[in-house]
Amino acid sequence: MRSILPILTVVAAIFVLWYAAAVGLNSAWAQDKAKRAGTSLTFSELVADTWSQDKPKLPAPHQVAQEIWKTTGAMVAKGRAFSKRSLIYHSWITFSSTALGFVLGTGLGVALAIGIVYNRTMDMSVMPWVIASQTIPILAIAPMIIVVLNAVGVSGLLPKAMISMYLSFFPVVVGMVKGLRSPAMMQLDQMHTWNASASQTFWKLRLPSSMPYLFTSLKIAMAASLVGAIVGELPTGAVAGLGARLLAGSYYGQTIQIWSALIMAATLAAVLVGLIGMIQRITLKRMGMAQ
Amino acid sequence: MSWLIAALVIWAAGWWVNNVLAHRPLTTFTQIAVPVIFGATLIAIWECVVHGLEIAPVLLPPPSMIAARFVASTDVLWEDFVQTALKGALSGYIIGCGSAFLMAVLVDRSEFLQRGLLPVGNFVAALPIIGMAPILVMWFGFDWQSKAAVVVVMVFFPMLVNTVQGLQETDAMQRDLMRTYAAGYGATLLKLRLPAAMPFIFNGLKIGTTLALIGAIVAEFFGSPVRGMGFRISTSVGQLSMDLVWAEIVVAALAGSGFYGAVALIEKAVTFWHPSQRRRA
Repeated sequence: MRSILPILTVVAAIFVLWYAAAVGLNSAWAQDKAKRAGTSLTFSELVADTWSQDKPKLPAPHQVAQEIWKTTGAMVAKGRAFSKRSLIYHSWITFSSTALGFVLGTGLGVALAIGIVYNRTMDMSVMPWVIASQTIPILAIAPMIIVVLNAVGVSGLLPKAMISMYLSFFPVVVGMVKGLRSPAMMQLDQMHTWNASASQTFWKLRLPSSMPYLFTSLKIAMAASLVGAIVGELPTGAVAGLGARLLAGSYYGQTIQIWSALIMAATLAAVLVGLIGMIQRITLKRMGMAQ
Repeated sequence: MSWLIAALVIWAAGWWVNNVLAHRPLTTFTQIAVPVIFGATLIAIWECVVHGLEIAPVLLPPPSMIAARFVASTDVLWEDFVQTALKGALSGYIIGCGSAFLMAVLVDRSEFLQRGLLPVGNFVAALPIIGMAPILVMWFGFDWQSKAAVVVVMVFFPMLVNTVQGLQETDAMQRDLMRTYAAGYGATLLKLRLPAAMPFIFNGLKIGTTLALIGAIVAEFFGSPVRGMGFRISTSVGQLSMDLVWAEIVVAALAGSGFYGAVALIEKAVTFWHPSQRRRA
């Protein structure tokens, strides 16, 4: 709780900077307009103009907030929450491929981690490649995966989810390998003295003790998965999703639309990561592992 | 059919060799040989499966075709590499990491700022910052400056958070010792706290290497001059010349691994004292 005041100060400072930057970046256009109209602007007129342009270089926070409200709350009020102009619709599209990719990536990650922990050959062959795979800027392949899978007849959710999966499996593998190996030699020996089978050792010792590691990696995986989904939407021709809104906004110079999609994406990331954090707290508490 | 059988045989042979090697005592040789054999096996299987199932090269070109294309168009690939990796990613990486480092050292002096900036920085580091790309392309134009700007924004927060955390690594006892030596702020920072922070700083630098290349390539999807890896990938996908796309990806993979490897090597030299770098007995 001691941190509330400092955090609020920093956030307030960001808003002040944002408003100031909006004045700075948009003033050229405002001055230009005034010159052509043959008038000159006082300082307060200049500020008012820079905070209310149609296509500003940097929209002021309240303009973005208005746009978000117009495309979410107001749409809900009109009963058209899922119309194509609504950000809720686009967020839903992005969320569904994020979630599918996250689930697939977590599954793949956990399976690989179990294989790596239990099979020495796999540990030595696969682990270096798992790490190397992350030094490759994999997002670069995103458009190609989409196009290729489209050509085979797979379109819609799955191609985007594949990209999310690729980005999210890595943190899970690394975290789970660490987690499954976290039981001490003493504990493993104890299982031996109880004549526990391999599967009993797994379910009753290794898996439970890997949980804190799993949740930490899940948070990273979720954030990565969302980035994958957004980038995966770029080459689909700007049809639907937050990534498509970004691309459409950049084509038509609709900066307010870009920023509102960006803020929506940030909110979505915060909500999803927060959700995992909540599940983590509850699970670890019930397992008696909460710090 | 014979191609598919060959794939199976190669798989079995590769796995068998690795199995034998993995169960022998660990040496530097087996540590390098096993993953290399695994990778080579995968590529061979890829080649066989593409021929065996007669997959159209438009969908998935065989590795031999990609290699041929790579050799044939080195000049184009080099031009793209210079544009994206050197001009875009590297300059952005240096500016971004440098400014984040300076910011962290400044923030470190005030506990109030630390408590405020760390949570916010952690939050921002988890956001899909790549979405800033279209905005920055709009601000800085199509050339490499806008790509560098995207990279700066992407690497800034992971670097900031890691450096601030690293600077808090020293414990009270060590700082007290510095005080008994009558060391001032500057000397304590240079001789105790920065060296102690190095593992964290390098962690941030290593995270940044991949982010930098990703940022530079994705930013090119939003507009670029007629060269650059992201530009080549998106236009070649449109022309269905997948071999060139894959050749670009090979370049990206080489650049990414090389970049990461270089930072890891420097880390090894700088943080030789850290337990994770000591040679295992």
